[in-house]
Amino acid sequence: MLSPDDARLLERLHGDLPLTERPFADVAAEFGWTEDDVIARLSALLESGVLTRFGPLFQIERAGGLFVLAAMAVPEERFEAVTAQVNAHPEIAHNYRRDHALNMWFVLGTETPAQCAAAIERIEAETGLPVLAFPKEREFFVELKLPLTSGATHGA
Amino acid sequence: MALDDFDRQLIAATQGGLPLVPRPYDAVGERLGVSGQQVRERLAQMLETGLIRRIGAVPNHYRLGFTANGMSVWDVDDALVDQLGERIGQLPGVSHCYRRPRRLPSWPYNLFAMLHGRTRAEVEQQAVQLQELLGSACRGHDILYSTAILKKTGLRLRQSQES
Repeated sequence: MLSPDDARLLERLHGDLPLTERPFADVAAEFGWTEDDVIARLSALLESGVLTRFGPLFQIERAGGLFVLAAMAVPEERFEAVTAQVNAHPEIAHNYRRDHALNMWFVLGTETPAQCAAAIERIEAETGLPVLAFPKEREFFVELKLPLTSGATHGA
Repeated sequence: MALDDFDRQLIAATQGGLPLVPRPYDAVGERLGVSGQQVRERLAQMLETGLIRRIGAVPNHYRLGFTANGMSVWDVDDALVDQLGERIGQLPGVSHCYRRPRRLPSWPYNLFAMLHGRTRAEVEQQAVQLQELLGSACRGHDILYSTAILKKTGLRLRQSQES
């Protein structure tokens, strides 16, 4: 699990990194740490896989692009092969296995609706499996803020 | 806001992550042949317009102990789904709450909400809360647990613009 210092750092950086010349030094100053401490901790968190990424999260919808959730029912014996086929497309932003008849759920991120439709067509052609698309019709809430520091209000 | 070439280059240079160096924006600028100042200004604009949601850490929920990750899906009366969706989005532990199209007959659900917990019991408890909130407007639901992350890279724009 996270050390208390790592948890503090992640809670802070679940918000915005300052847009300053030396942002890590500025975050370090808030904590009474050194710039090197912050950089070393973030590097270690990335390396160990606690963080999947550190940087800007783009909402490509704001520039005419889109993210689309899609699902497939993949026969168990082909699951690994189909995963490789689907993941090979750069349009696939993430992909999860779920326990349901529709057992593969992925999100396509593209700059235009046409690119998204084309990627879905290519995946259907390559795998021979239908892709069900679930475009967002309305957004109510997106990003979760996980309670990382223990003893926080969310106990249990 | 339409993307220009600089935006596209900036997205391509940062979508995999910022360099973890003392002057990360200068480092990005160097790669693109502009100043760090220009990078910061454009990123600030992108934050303002919402093209960037935030700049920071993207955690792997699994590695943080939130191993129970359920996609809850609900078949909610069309007349009430928007109003109820807003309320569900406010509940703690809920993320990515959207209205999406049904795919009948196989898929009757039109409201999606991700539930996160340390155990499936925690997730089930959250689902009970949602069910109470939805009441008789809900005709059925399911929870799809993720059993593996197959890919999690985030957005990767194609370098060329052709589709």
